[in-house]
Amino acid sequence: MSKGYFRYFLNKLVWLFITAVFAFVLNFILPRLMPGDPVAAITARIAQGMSNSTGMKEVYEQYATLFGTNRPLLEQFFLYVRNVLQGNFGSSFSQYPRPVADILKSSILWTIGLQFPAIIVGWLIGNTLGALAAYLKKGFDKVLMPISIFISNFPAFGMAIILMVIFAVDLKWFPTSGGYGFDMIPNFSWDFIVSVIHHYQLPFWSIVLIAIGGQAIGMRSMSIYELNADYVKYSRFLGIKDSTIVRYVFRNAMLPQITGLALSIGTMVGGALVAEIVFSYPGLGYTLLNGVMGQDYPLISAVTLIITIMVLLANFLIEIAYGLIDPRIKAAQSE
Amino acid sequence: MKHTLQQIFRSGKFVTGFSIFTALLLIVIFYPLIVRDDPLANIGQGTFFPPGVYVNVYDSINAPPYILNLSDAAAKRVASKLGNQERKDLKEWLVAAGIPEDEIDITDTAKLLDLWEKNYDPTKNIPGMTLARQRYFQRLNASLQGILSVEGITIANPNPQTGALEAVKTVQQADYVNISQVPNVRVLALGTDNFGRDVLTELVKATGVSLQIGIVAGIIATLIGLILGLLGGYVGGTVDDIIMFITNLFIVIPSFVLLILISFSIGQEKRGAFTIAVVIGFTSWVWTARAVRSQVISLRVRDHVNLSKLSGHSIPHIIINDILPYIASYVVMALILQISSGILAEAGLSILGLGPRTTEVPTLGLMMNWAMIYQAQILGKWWAYLPVLVTIALITFSMNLMNTGLDQVFNPALRE
Repeated sequence: MSKGYFRYFLNKLVWLFITAVFAFVLNFILPRLMPGDPVAAITARIAQGMSNSTGMKEVYEQYATLFGTNRPLLEQFFLYVRNVLQGNFGSSFSQYPRPVADILKSSILWTIGLQFPAIIVGWLIGNTLGALAAYLKKGFDKVLMPISIFISNFPAFGMAIILMVIFAVDLKWFPTSGGYGFDMIPNFSWDFIVSVIHHYQLPFWSIVLIAIGGQAIGMRSMSIYELNADYVKYSRFLGIKDSTIVRYVFRNAMLPQITGLALSIGTMVGGALVAEIVFSYPGLGYTLLNGVMGQDYPLISAVTLIITIMVLLANFLIEIAYGLIDPRIKAAQSE
Repeated sequence: MKHTLQQIFRSGKFVTGFSIFTALLLIVIFYPLIVRDDPLANIGQGTFFPPGVYVNVYDSINAPPYILNLSDAAAKRVASKLGNQERKDLKEWLVAAGIPEDEIDITDTAKLLDLWEKNYDPTKNIPGMTLARQRYFQRLNASLQGILSVEGITIANPNPQTGALEAVKTVQQADYVNISQVPNVRVLALGTDNFGRDVLTELVKATGVSLQIGIVAGIIATLIGLILGLLGGYVGGTVDDIIMFITNLFIVIPSFVLLILISFSIGQEKRGAFTIAVVIGFTSWVWTARAVRSQVISLRVRDHVNLSKLSGHSIPHIIINDILPYIASYVVMALILQISSGILAEAGLSILGLGPRTTEVPTLGLMMNWAMIYQAQILGKWWAYLPVLVTIALITFSMNLMNTGLDQVFNPALRE
């Protein structure tokens, strides 16, 4: 690793750290900024139907200690960070006494396994289509562009519902919900893997389709911009082969698209979480929904923090990869 | 200005988007003036009535009858109860009950029904048949009772003294009513939803509310973005550093996470449509701030701005007269996108159950949320969710088309 790249890497690493701290602060402070005593509100919900006042008081005190709301704010924050770093998110309200960390552990893999490949595949297909549209123009462009614009404006949950109605409810090709057959227990048997793949298709493609639309539009305008650039005209004038020029052009058009991916990955994950909910996919989105339905504050807070950290990490990885291929950063390395 | 407008309206994309949007807007404004029903009134007792014209049965019986001798009336009546599927089902039962298959002719209605009547026994247990299927045959059998009758139906009233039924009127099979003479006819063009609300009326109201949410959120986001972008870009220095730091932080922290946290913390009781709009606005200004800033930085060093500075104009004067006009087109485009993404954000939040509280106004997201909680998509009740999805898609699609059209007018490089 050269010195220039190392500096770039270090820079991004520091930035990752700052944003992560900020995410912790926001996750901690936002619910506490709201008027009222959150612990009182929570215990009121938990204690509904509880007539025993000593019991209610005990519940209150248990949560007050758990969140440390009886201590100064700064101390609370460090307590919170320490607990989170130890993987201790407290107990879930709606699935008491199951620890939140346990619920997250079972859902986080589903989300990563679904969203990461879907976003990458969507990004690749979208960019290829966008580049083709810019290069071929005419018929292809005329058909692809309106479709892409329409799809990219379609909410992710809408795409999920439409795929579900067509392929699961009407054609019955795929199941309507879940991550695996409802009569199965997760294990490494052949049947289970087949069932998982079968349940995977619709959520996967609904996320891919949404990603394709937006990426194709971006890549198309980037490519058109590059195709009109002076260096293209100059290369043509020099008689360089068309296929070689196209390679230069798309490489250059690709770079902003990678940054674009880094910047839009948060929004994409948000849409994909809602798509998960539509299919009752056992990932973080569905867990979040359950948290909201069950007024499960520790669960919601943990899910939002995990999602933020995941997005920050994805962002960091993309930027690290970007540093490896961007010629400008490469040039800075060789200086 | 006039010239720019002319140019904008020459762009096909902009005009298409503008027309769709205007049409939606006109419907939202004029529909409630014509149909004055309460959009949240639960008129239907039961869930998901299919779209159609609902004619009051009581009024139809009391309306003056007209005799029309239509030759296919009886056949249609039979077909509505005994379609192809039902005929096949009858055959399936009969075969399972031991009737030889070649004796059953499903095309001959009279013979088939005769055979059915003779052989069907609701208590008979056919091996391998589920209880649900047995119930289905019991219901089918009940619906087939008297299907070939040519008699009319007698309407009877109980005598107040004796309680015995006394015939009031006989409705013949060839009797018709003229719909215009039936006082109570309700058109439910999109049926009813899970609460028994008229979906069309609700949808129009929801579209209006969602547009308002989008506009409030869009204006707030654009204003914050514009002010921060102008400050950072024009003032520069430490102010710019601080603004850029905050902007970069919020760019990587997903805004929907903030939305979820804030909406949940506000609590169900305090979440009105307006509150949600404000929250969405406060979490989505980042892109506008970033883009405005970079444009202002490139404008700041242009000659006309320097000239203005030399002439001793104040900073507000320079910003309003020398900078804003140059970024106005961009700000308008950003506003359009913010409105459309605000509407989508509300829908996403509502699906999570964090939308505006449900008692006062419908929004597109809430309608979606209700349809999904009651599993309209799995039950095949398309009218409860598809019109909502189409409306959301039309709004965002039209706004994006307008935006693309504007982009092509103001960015010559993108012109075809």
